[in-house]
Amino acid sequence: MSLKGWKELPPGGVILEAGNSIKYKTGTWRSIRPVWNKDKCINCFMCWLHCPDGSILVRDNKVSGINYDYCKGCGVCAAICPKSAIEMKPESLFEEGEKK
Amino acid sequence: MKKKIPLTGNAAFAEAMRQINPDVVAAYPITPQTEIMMTFAEFVADGLVDTELVTAESEHSAMSACVGASAAGARVMTATSAQGLALMHEVVYIASGLRLPIVMGVVNRALSAPINIHCDHADTMAERDSGWIQIYSETAQEVYDHTILAIRLAEREDVRLPVMVCQDGFITSHGVEPVEILDDEVVKKFIGEFKPWNPLLDTDNPKTYGALDLFDYYFEHKRQQFEAMKHVPKAYEEVAEELSKITGRKYPKVEGFYMDDAEYVIVVMSSTAGTTKHVVKELRAQGKKVGLLKIRLYRPFPKEEISRLLEGKKAVAVLDRAYSVGAEAPLFCEIKSALYDVKAKPVLASYIYGLGGRDTPPSLIRSVYEDLMNGNISKEEKYLGVRE
Ligand code: SF4
Ligand code: SF4
Repeated sequence: MSLKGWKELPPGGVILEAGNSIKYKTGTWRSIRPVWNKDKCINCFMCWLHCPDGSILVRDNKVSGINYDYCKGCGVCAAICPKSAIEMKPESLFEEGEKK
Repeated sequence: MKKKIPLTGNAAFAEAMRQINPDVVAAYPITPQTEIMMTFAEFVADGLVDTELVTAESEHSAMSACVGASAAGARVMTATSAQGLALMHEVVYIASGLRLPIVMGVVNRALSAPINIHCDHADTMAERDSGWIQIYSETAQEVYDHTILAIRLAEREDVRLPVMVCQDGFITSHGVEPVEILDDEVVKKFIGEFKPWNPLLDTDNPKTYGALDLFDYYFEHKRQQFEAMKHVPKAYEEVAEELSKITGRKYPKVEGFYMDDAEYVIVVMSSTAGTTKHVVKELRAQGKKVGLLKIRLYRPFPKEEISRLLEGKKAVAVLDRAYSVGAEAPLFCEIKSALYDVKAKPVLASYIYGLGGRDTPPSLIRSVYEDLMNGNISKEEKYLGVRE
């Protein structure tokens, strides 16, 4: 989302477009990234249940990955995982192109 | 037909409120403002207004109710003093930041500690950077006129900012004066229908007020507020001119009294301007070239008018009924700043006076003019009427 100048914004910070929070990618806040290991995962959904951002992706009753657009890197999923299937790694380890 | 009736400053504010008939008023009593809300609550009880009166449990809640109601799309008013304004402080910034055109009567009173219920301007001076327009009233008549003016100014499309209409606690708020009141219909026509702007109650167009605004947008929204404040001088002049046509009274942002050929000038706000006018007349009768500059609009600060009117004067004393502990007094500081760009700078003197309601009789004002005329001017501020 490109940032707007002061003349383009509704005064008072009022948001006129319902549901536009989806455009606000909180993933840019992240300094550490959860990396999910499919082989260790037993699909207990503890991470899905605890993620404050709903960023654990599930498909066909199985964890399918992590939505890095909204994952803020809080590390809750890694801490709660009983199988250490999620590891928190510094963002600096990832190439620019890999960052979303 | 205009009529003149005896009113206190508080009653004059309440009378203007009755004629404005706001949609929502939040009420919390605090001396010396209490009389405004008591009087207005009677109007509500007697069915003279359609207002929804919200009796809050504190001023913080009262201003919060104002913010909520204004965002919902209502025309909103309230009143406060001193500690009440201080307790509102957090929400005062929210009202201006959300660009809500709330009009609030502030009956100026000293801030604690020590506890004091009498007049000084420390309460509103503490809110001078809050993004509210501030208008200071010399008399009950000005309280009435300024309140009607404030509604129009706050609601201007190019402004949309809240306004404080200030008057001196007890001196103006409880002193009875003849006040000329406009007809209800005239006021109604002057202020017009309130057209809410992005009202929350328009549920067909859902919107969010008060969302998180971090380093990515907060600055831009503040920039908008700075701009809105820059529109005020022109908007103020237009509204004041329109009101003048109805009342026959003038409301310049700064009012000069015997300023044309004056060499020695006092700058002051609110009721003390009246005392000063009396002294100016006395000294003029003795042939002394003295004048008065009364500041009516303090926010936005009318820097250009002030520098134009004070340029070339011999000596100027700025009287502050407030203080800034550890720095120059607020009004003095800004007058000094306004004079930075003028070529012929007058000698400047700072006087702090009237704190906590300390009486400021004509003799004290006279002593200031004498200081100016005798060159008895120090770099340090002087305290008018304090016991050494
Ligand atoms: S790091 Fe936090 S935000 Fe990201 S997926 Fe894990 S729990 Fe969710
Ligand atoms: S908590 Fe661990 S094991 Fe359970 S679903 Fe999430 S990643 Fe898989």
